[in-house]
Amino acid sequence: MANLVALSPCAGLLPQTIGAVTIAEVEPGRITAILPFKGQQKAVAETLKTALGVGFPAPGRSEAKAGARMVWVGKGEALLMGADCPDLPGAAFVDQSDAWCVVEIAGEAAEDVLARLVPVDLRAAVFKRGHTVKSLLGHMTASITRTGANAFQIMVFRSMAETLVEELTHAAKGVAARG
Amino acid sequence: MRIPCPICGTRDRREFYYQGAAELLHRPAPDAGDAAWDDYLHNRDNPCGETRDLWFHEAGCGAWLVVTRNTATHEVMGAELAEKVAS
Repeated sequence: MANLVALSPCAGLLPQTIGAVTIAEVEPGRITAILPFKGQQKAVAETLKTALGVGFPAPGRSEAKAGARMVWVGKGEALLMGADCPDLPGAAFVDQSDAWCVVEIAGEAAEDVLARLVPVDLRAAVFKRGHTVKSLLGHMTASITRTGANAFQIMVFRSMAETLVEELTHAAKGVAARG
Repeated sequence: MRIPCPICGTRDRREFYYQGAAELLHRPAPDAGDAAWDDYLHNRDNPCGETRDLWFHEAGCGAWLVVTRNTATHEVMGAELAEKVAS
């Protein structure tokens, strides 16, 4: 039997510190996509709330409780991160743990770097902690969530990991060069 | 050009994919006859002024929208969920 080695999506690419930002890979734990069936969103939210303490987030929002997080990623769809998914009779739920590349960009210039790549206003005045957007990062679709005063979580499909690192480091170098 | 997605808020045009005239939502009955089906499949107006078309919020929430816009002034008047228009 071959001895297989698990590699994370950004293995060998991150972490990197460029100017006032640090870009690092995040080990997200289990990720489950949850899509409630028609008219079942409330029931699904209640089941999740009882089991994990997080509900089904409204569009553009995320919720967190003791390690478990729910991140809105589309119409009628959210990702449960960092916890095993309970049985949800009213929803389709699919394990996507290895499908995503999860990166954190943190530091004073994080907003400036993302402003070069994302066509949505991510400044703290309008995009607060826990807010999330599904938008573009360069030419990639990405899920971007503010996790702190100067920190964002970025998620793209695993196959896009190298492109994501290239886009972020390129933009960070540009921001750093301006001083 | 920016499109006011009812779910995500106003977003840049590059997040959206253009499909075509919103007449696609008004599918004729299976027995409506050749003329109605021919019209539905092939014939489109080419208005100078207000038009309604289908856009897909591809890089955002994944909803289909009916966007009302003006082809002469490029004004975008509004957008609504296609599922609400069709039902």
